[in-house]
Amino acid sequence: MENKGFFGKWGGAFIPEILHETFEQLDSNFRQAKEDPQFWQEYLDLMSTYSCRPTPLTFAENLTNHFGGAKIYIKREDLNHTGAHKANNVIGQGLLVKRMGKKRVIAETGAGQHGVATATMAAKFGLECTVYMGEVDVQRQRPNVFWMEKMGATVISVKDGSRTLKDAINEAFRDWVTNVDTTHYVLGTACGPAPFPEMVSWFQSIIGVEAKRQILARHGKLPARVYACVGGGSNAMGIFQGFLDSPEVELIGVEAGGKGIDTGRHASRLCGRDASPGVAQGYKTMFLQNNDGQMLETHSVAAGLDYVGVSPILSHLAEEKRVRFASATDDEVIEALDLTMRMEGIIPALESAHGFVQAFKEAPQLGRDEAIIINQSGRGDKDIFTIAHAFDDPSWKEFIIARGKEYAEDKKGKS
Amino acid sequence: MLLEKTLRSRLAEKDILLMTHIVLGYPSLATNRQVISQMVAGGVDCIEMQIPFSEPMADGPVILKANQESLALGTTVAACMAFGREMTGQYDIPFLFMTYYNIIFKYGEERFFKDCQSAGIKGLIIPDLPPEMGEEFFRLATRYQVAPILIFAPTSTERRMAELNRSAAGFIYCVARRGVTGKQSEFDDDFDAYLARCRAATDLPLAVGFGIRNKKDVAAITGKADIAVIGSETIRLVDEQGTEAVGPFIMGLR
Repeated sequence: MENKGFFGKWGGAFIPEILHETFEQLDSNFRQAKEDPQFWQEYLDLMSTYSCRPTPLTFAENLTNHFGGAKIYIKREDLNHTGAHKANNVIGQGLLVKRMGKKRVIAETGAGQHGVATATMAAKFGLECTVYMGEVDVQRQRPNVFWMEKMGATVISVKDGSRTLKDAINEAFRDWVTNVDTTHYVLGTACGPAPFPEMVSWFQSIIGVEAKRQILARHGKLPARVYACVGGGSNAMGIFQGFLDSPEVELIGVEAGGKGIDTGRHASRLCGRDASPGVAQGYKTMFLQNNDGQMLETHSVAAGLDYVGVSPILSHLAEEKRVRFASATDDEVIEALDLTMRMEGIIPALESAHGFVQAFKEAPQLGRDEAIIINQSGRGDKDIFTIAHAFDDPSWKEFIIARGKEYAEDKKGKS
Repeated sequence: MLLEKTLRSRLAEKDILLMTHIVLGYPSLATNRQVISQMVAGGVDCIEMQIPFSEPMADGPVILKANQESLALGTTVAACMAFGREMTGQYDIPFLFMTYYNIIFKYGEERFFKDCQSAGIKGLIIPDLPPEMGEEFFRLATRYQVAPILIFAPTSTERRMAELNRSAAGFIYCVARRGVTGKQSEFDDDFDAYLARCRAATDLPLAVGFGIRNKKDVAAITGKADIAVIGSETIRLVDEQGTEAVGPFIMGLR
């Protein structure tokens, strides 16, 4: 493995011995696939027929006029099959699983999007599928649990630790060390032991390749800035890769500011002061942890950003000052979401809306002849329960109360 | 004395050695003291003390829960280090620390080794630190004479075992099967073939762990390995029957 999977001083593969051989196999299959133009062609064909690639780049004319600065473009990863950029990674890993001849896949999921995408891929490729999801996330993303189960996946609610994404990852690793011969772990983001950060970023680079071509066609030059939310960092790595080699394009990653960066209730690793270098879940990066190295509780309105670590590639790019990091609070996110829905008729996921917040803050500072791109990593309608709750929407509440009564009476009638 | 030498001199008198495991601070350091006293009285040859970590990736439900509850009660790395020093001062058997790499990384690798050496800790088991990720760690281990105990797994090839053996000291920890700690293992023909491969790959003593629960399991590996590791079973025992049950349990194992 080149540089043993390190990016600067970040990354690596800190894995139990039982997984050593399977990582060798995965790495060599990944290297072969990366060198094989037919593999990428097969991937593109599948993404353009099973999903909706290339996804459009939408000019947000009303938002542009509203802020009166740079032209705002939105890269529409929400229009992928299953409604998020997660499909890009999952289909790519699915093709690798076919090469490796494994019959079962497992995945962790936070918001549930990666779980749904993996369940979809498993159904299409005829693989057995188990998805680990923190109990807290099962509660806040119930509709995704429903879809995973409907597609034949087994969803296991993880009740250990903080009962969120990191605990789901630990549990997926425990499954993997037990069933290593038959099973591939479809890690959902650009984190974890090498080669996952590089591999997931490679599959997601399709976003950046398209976005660069699209902005040049529409705007005639490169954008001034590109914004993406950062949980694990795969959607950000995806779009940033289209512009990493163009130093004139500023890249901005937006992390979960939660209740505020100074409250301790957030998930900001690369901006803010609460994170420090550490090694957990198989890789070295900036973690939200205490002085003993125990991971801290994180908070975000967006389940997909609610995570203690971050892609080692982004830790490296932050250190190199190639990517700037900012944070958006839960309240700012709801406000940006509200504005985007009303002005453009587009519903970004709560995760994606973090990128919108920072873009809206900066757009007015830029000239009208400049363009910016926001990566809309996913669609927000999956968050209907959370968003309706955040908006404290009265008619939605009435609907839920009425439906709840109906189900309760049904149950009473049957028992 | 170096860990390997201590184990060898004990092996001169016994067919198989026993190594037990505890999670520090679970259910309390006071209980750990009682359990260790029972273990030593019962004749164990070596004890691994796990410094709890919030993300114990290689551990099964019993040890995972013990890690979490210990941390919830406020166990710190400093308290574990002090406890280790107290035990090595009190009992004449080797004590090891088992933990995950982040604990050492955050503590400062050199400081950790220095403190282990001065506390009389004889070895470290770090399941998420393969040799290729820990150049500095293995250099310091040699310098401070704290044995880095490496793990062989049934999935390890001969080539890999040879590679691991080059960095290992003290003994080799052979994981009996795929999976996490605390579940039953089958000690069948495949297992014997695996142990034979382990034996061929190293001159160090072999410990076998994962799923050893009773006298029958210990008997199954006697003559094939040098050390039987009892992990989750004593935690279960203390949870269900209290500390007093540990001594008789250990005495009944061989």
